[in-house]
Amino acid sequence: MADDKSNAAAYWKANVRLIAGCLFVWALVSYGFAILLRPLLSGIPIGGTDLGFWFAQQGSMLTFIVLIFFYAWKMNRLDEKYGLGE
Amino acid sequence: MSQFAINLLFVGGSFALYIGIAIWSRAGSTKDFYVAGGGVHPITNGMATAADWMSAASFISMAGLLASGGYANSSFLMGWTGGYVILAMLLAPYLRKFGKFTVPDFIGDRFYSSTARLVAVVCLVVASVTYVIGQMTGAGVAFSRFLEVSNTWGIWIAATIVFLYAVFGGMKGITYTQVAQYVVLIIAYTIPAVFIAMQLTGNPIPMFGMFSTHSESGVPLLAKLSEVLVELGFRDYTADVDNKLNMVLFTLSLMIGTAGLPHVIIRFFTVPKVADARWSAGWALVFIALLYLTAPAVASMARLNLLTTVYPEAAGQVENYEEAMAEPILYENRPEWFRTWEDTGLITFNDLNDDGRIQFYNDANPDFADTAAERGWAGNELQVNNDILVLANPEIANLPGWVIGLVAAGGIAAALSTAAGLLLAISSAISHDLIKKTINPNISEKGEMLAARISMGGAILLATYLGLNPPGFAAQTVALAFGIAGASLFPALMMGIFSKRINSKGAVAGMLAGLISTLLYIFTYLGWLFIPGTNMLANTPDNWIMGISPLSFGAIGAIFNFAVAFAVSSATEEPPQEIQDLVESVRFPKGAGGAVDH
Repeated sequence: MADDKSNAAAYWKANVRLIAGCLFVWALVSYGFAILLRPLLSGIPIGGTDLGFWFAQQGSMLTFIVLIFFYAWKMNRLDEKYGLGE
Repeated sequence: MSQFAINLLFVGGSFALYIGIAIWSRAGSTKDFYVAGGGVHPITNGMATAADWMSAASFISMAGLLASGGYANSSFLMGWTGGYVILAMLLAPYLRKFGKFTVPDFIGDRFYSSTARLVAVVCLVVASVTYVIGQMTGAGVAFSRFLEVSNTWGIWIAATIVFLYAVFGGMKGITYTQVAQYVVLIIAYTIPAVFIAMQLTGNPIPMFGMFSTHSESGVPLLAKLSEVLVELGFRDYTADVDNKLNMVLFTLSLMIGTAGLPHVIIRFFTVPKVADARWSAGWALVFIALLYLTAPAVASMARLNLLTTVYPEAAGQVENYEEAMAEPILYENRPEWFRTWEDTGLITFNDLNDDGRIQFYNDANPDFADTAAERGWAGNELQVNNDILVLANPEIANLPGWVIGLVAAGGIAAALSTAAGLLLAISSAISHDLIKKTINPNISEKGEMLAARISMGGAILLATYLGLNPPGFAAQTVALAFGIAGASLFPALMMGIFSKRINSKGAVAGMLAGLISTLLYIFTYLGWLFIPGTNMLANTPDNWIMGISPLSFGAIGAIFNFAVAFAVSSATEEPPQEIQDLVESVRFPKGAGGAVDH
């Protein structure tokens, strides 16, 4: 039982770490590149506008899709590694 | 065949399809009515979630708001997609493991309190009804145009159809009809966008066309658009915003609202396994992104098309804009689509300077007043309702009649699918969480179904009544619903999973703090219960506290919710041991039962 508990705790810790990493990227592309850091990226032109605009209307959404699939794939491996899958 | 007949054919045909599927897979038991039997594949579920998700706000209204706001309204795009990242990582898999019907079920059990359950029901109903108001606004626009009736009649017709549809379907019917609705909706959105991208840039993929060269003028499309806008006193399309705080908060509100909305969360109870809940969120976002990546292209191209319809000289290579802007089209030469939309009252023209021409510019811009006066313009003469942009888009671009019929069917599908999903969430909260779990546990299955249908009827009447005088464009009203859900339900759900320390008192106090602060802020600017004229302050940026719009306040409400919940919980007792064990057990997939076997 104690083993089960510490195993579950380690799994949860790994999960939380993974979430933190993914949410960092999530915030970076949307709140970062698309909004707050846009002035810094204004020198990089893309089709009549700048990179920040592209991130706001295209890039952040594409990144979000990649993030979710990456997380789902990674979690499946964690489920297996800790023997906590279904 | 007249356009009216084509529209009827497309709208009627798609309806026959949905109703056919609904009857074929009619809900037999209460379990089926709420969650579709628990055996839905992640890709199917993703598609149904996407249809459920993309409502009149996404389909009809969002591109119009992007077109009028340009970069500043990008929050709609990021907010309504980024929420799925939070949902997939912070909520969906754990709620699926928990394995109950509804959101109040989780909150009631996790916080071992019927008060918490009750407060969750209230939050859910307030957010969902606000959301349905937005759907009614959007559906009203669609029906009024395609049935060629007034906007008010359009809303009543929409209400009747949504009601019949949700009452007879239930979730099981809805899952498969929604797959069909997704297909209709995405085809209807992309086909005109592809045609228009081809016409304007020669690139058939709208999301690339938007960043390509505008064929007629030889400059990049977005640069051309900004040029024309600035010449008419409007804001540069791609210009940065001054108030970044508000933009960040607005985006955050929409994201957490996405993760807190009951009709989306309920979808993740219907997948067979916990791992599938994660994949489902990914697939849902793929299907949603197909529309959301196209929407900004539709917005920029439609805005340019609208401007060059009024100022044909400004479309090509322009040496001197002064000359190009001097001769807008004559009102009597206005195109056919203009005439048909005038009948709905959503486009109006008023010849202020009596020259018979349509002057369309930004008369609210003080820096532009001199230029306008020099040109002999006496004020903006053309009012175009944002919400018509997507529906009018194929007509503005002179696309064939069947494309217009298809868009009509798509817009109506979008409004119907979401409204039906929301009504289901409202009715299950009332019949299941309120009546069966709180007031009368001995109610029969038949009685519960009856209560569900009565509450659906009540909700739609209320939403329709308020939809006749909506607090904003469809997408704005919907954004308010997100703020409310994000401030009240999302923090409670997240803390319920990620903290063992939050107890019932903390959760109840937190939800109330989030809900009440957000509602107070919204009602101050938009009127008590959205009744026009009852607002205490005018809804303008000068009056907003620190420039935070009522649409963005959900994020602040959520911060209050978290803070109050933590403070109250640390001052009071720890949750009982069995609750802490429950929290441990939702954190990993092992031992999850069937979707609804409990």
